[in-house]
Amino acid sequence: MSHLPLDYETLRIIWWLLLGVLLIGFAIADGYDLGVGALLPFAAKTDEERRILLNLIGPTWEGNQVWLVLGGGAIFAAWPALYAASFSGFYLAMIAILLALILRPVGFKFRGKVKDPRWRSTWDWALFIGGFVPALIFGVAVGNVLLGVPFGLDGTMRAHYDGNFFGLLRPFALVAGLSSLSMLVMHGAVVIAMRCAGPVAERATRFGRMAAAATVALFALAGLWVAFGMDGYVVTSVQEAAGPSNPLAKTVVTQAGAWLSNYHTYPWMITAPVLGFAGSLVALAGLSSRRFKIALAGSSLAIFGIISTAGLSLFPFLLPSSIDPAVSLTVWDASSSHLTLFIMLLATVVFLPLILAYTAWVYHVMRGPVNAASIGRNPNAY
Amino acid sequence: MIDFTVVDLSRLQFAATAMYHFLFVPLTLGLSFLMAIMESVYVMTGREIWRRMTLFWGTLFGINFALGVATGIVMEFQFGMNWSYYSHYVGDIFGAPLAIEGLMAFFLEATFIGIFFFGWDRLSKVGHLAVTWLVALGANFSALWILIANGWMQNPVGSTFNPDTMRMEITDFAAVIFNPVAQAKFVHTVSAGYVTGSMFVMAISAWFLLRGRHLDLAKRSMAVAASFGLASALSVVVLGDESGYVATEHQQMKIAAMESMWETEPAPAGLNVFAIPGVRENSYEVKIPYVLGLITTRSLSTEVPGILPLVGRAEVRIRNGMTAYAALDQIRADRNNAAARQTFADTWRDLGYALLLKRYVDDVPAATDEQIEKAAWDTVPDVPTLFWSFRFMVAIGLYLIVFFAVAFYLASRHRLGENRVLLWIALFSLPLPWVAIEFGWLVAEYGRQPWVVEGVLPTFYAASGLTLVDLAISLGFFLTVYTTLAVIMVLLMLKIIKAGPSERNVLIDGIRGSAVVPERAAAAPQR
Repeated sequence: MSHLPLDYETLRIIWWLLLGVLLIGFAIADGYDLGVGALLPFAAKTDEERRILLNLIGPTWEGNQVWLVLGGGAIFAAWPALYAASFSGFYLAMIAILLALILRPVGFKFRGKVKDPRWRSTWDWALFIGGFVPALIFGVAVGNVLLGVPFGLDGTMRAHYDGNFFGLLRPFALVAGLSSLSMLVMHGAVVIAMRCAGPVAERATRFGRMAAAATVALFALAGLWVAFGMDGYVVTSVQEAAGPSNPLAKTVVTQAGAWLSNYHTYPWMITAPVLGFAGSLVALAGLSSRRFKIALAGSSLAIFGIISTAGLSLFPFLLPSSIDPAVSLTVWDASSSHLTLFIMLLATVVFLPLILAYTAWVYHVMRGPVNAASIGRNPNAY
Repeated sequence: MIDFTVVDLSRLQFAATAMYHFLFVPLTLGLSFLMAIMESVYVMTGREIWRRMTLFWGTLFGINFALGVATGIVMEFQFGMNWSYYSHYVGDIFGAPLAIEGLMAFFLEATFIGIFFFGWDRLSKVGHLAVTWLVALGANFSALWILIANGWMQNPVGSTFNPDTMRMEITDFAAVIFNPVAQAKFVHTVSAGYVTGSMFVMAISAWFLLRGRHLDLAKRSMAVAASFGLASALSVVVLGDESGYVATEHQQMKIAAMESMWETEPAPAGLNVFAIPGVRENSYEVKIPYVLGLITTRSLSTEVPGILPLVGRAEVRIRNGMTAYAALDQIRADRNNAAARQTFADTWRDLGYALLLKRYVDDVPAATDEQIEKAAWDTVPDVPTLFWSFRFMVAIGLYLIVFFAVAFYLASRHRLGENRVLLWIALFSLPLPWVAIEFGWLVAEYGRQPWVVEGVLPTFYAASGLTLVDLAISLGFFLTVYTTLAVIMVLLMLKIIKAGPSERNVLIDGIRGSAVVPERAAAAPQR
């Protein structure tokens, strides 16, 4: 494949970055929908208040969720070994996420069609689960990746597992899960505060400040844990960056503090955790001073920084194996072929700017405050 | 070792979730275009009734779309969750069209669906019309890429096995996109979706006409659906034939099983209209001479091979595949073994056939003649199921052509509203497109067994190594949640249909009971 204009190593790096772009895109775009869902029963008390929140995210959440769908598709296409081992290894956790996500589209559509208050409150809680559970479990999954996942590969690359759902609920993973939950609740609260008014916005501001403070504390706790309480992974053999995607040909050891080694080698990477903290603090300050646009920039930066921190700490690992470290998946041995990575890059270069452009246009069309009056005008309001 | 109960439950779960997802997709495909047509008429003529039609069908479309989204995300994640070896083995090829579907199609559809509903008072007439067309376009692009992915499973072109990574890798992406099976499937499947949308509109409009309600809306909706439906029903069958034609080149076993044709017949082969498939022969059959040969090969002199000779060919390929398997083992032991690499390069196309032996023996090159024969017979799909599924599908397809032709004729004479017999027929024909589509799914996917990727990877070999408990929990959850949602959706749709079109949000008192209150609608000014 030497005729391709980009070499294999470069494409692998690009797709590792794009994986980050998609996950961050999902967390920023759909993350606030999840956060609003998790806040729904608490930030909004009356039916009208809840309808305001539902119609705040109603017009755009479906498009936002495609970041997740695309993330899944891109992992499948660009990192098939990662897709195969992680989606099956986290089977029951994935089932929980799916069941929660199933509740969202039907919750939005079903809730508003029937007047019965019990009906509506049932779907409010369904929508709460639809936001709360994925926000928590995605974080738990990332926590488990940092800890190492109990999977192995046989000589034909068939994956096997030595763990179960409850094995995922390790203390560090729970801290990671709560970090992700508080981060997305902060983000959701900022959006509510920015676009709504009255008691809903007041409550959201309060929850948002708490969530921002919790994000700072939990992110710091997770960082200390990674530095002092956990073994990282190190590849001890030479991995050819343009070699065939075969995870069976290397040696790996675990080593205390190894997840910090990238920050020693490349000091600029410190920017990521700094942004994680700074963004959360900016969100906190923005909420307190009612400068919501600044708060939104803060919470988005915080998401960018926190997810980047996880990715940069792991590099070049994608999915370390706790039971057989040598078969851990890395950027150099778990990707698609050179040609597939190139074709997928072309498709992304063409379509991602288009997606961003029409998404921006839709947000522009739907701009403005969301309140009882704006909902009343629309025959299709939730 | 592979746990076959887990494999069977994984297959059951995939079939259940796929067939359930595919209750909603065809309606989305068809109804989106029908709404786009209706709204186009509104924009061109400025007549309010066409806007109300778009809004009314849009409400039902929205509920259906929600279920489609809810079940669609399960589909995408299930490959990795339940079919992880498949994902590793063919992700290099299969993953790309799935990801491009997200980039090019689903993002478009899902982003614009929001302002289809929420943008009525925020966009110009033409602006909103453009949005509606983009939703329809997105839905159909989505079908294109999904069927390119599925077409590759039926006819795996443009790829090769790489012994260094132990998986299939892409060699020619254009071949994957322009795969003739994918192209035929795309046209056949989206046409079936258009028929479904048309039937849905016909049946509900017929009910309004029978009850003497919303006549304006119902008559116009029916006229649009009758013409769109007729064109689509013709396209389904004509281009269904097209997919039968290409299947003969790539999936001869499927054709032979659909026809329950055990022996190769002298060209041109006859078509079994009726048969009682037995074990390795039919105990009874009624045959029309020449027809099968003409349909499938478009010639009078090309043979259509029967099941028994195809099993013989499979046996040859299994033995050849055992050579490939042994060579692959040698390559894995010594990456620089040039002789083994040469042997593998000559025989890799039959590697998948050797994997069929994994059901009977772990050490494939040591398989006995008896095991090889068993594996060769495994390439025969379930003949009676295929034979009858295919016939039910075709019968419904032909019936729908007649139905839409009559409806179109009556509509063009403006007599559609008066013919109560046709209205009742329209109402009771409502489920038929779905029945035909599910049978079609069975023929295409169950008929591909034992392969998940034809000739490349056996289904049982592709499953994840999950436990029975995992599968029991997930299958139990899916069945419960899906059933609950289906019941709620049907009840809700019925209530909304009963309430009829309105200017405002239709509100229902409760999901049970009969009270239907298009509340705030009553207070709204009628235009």
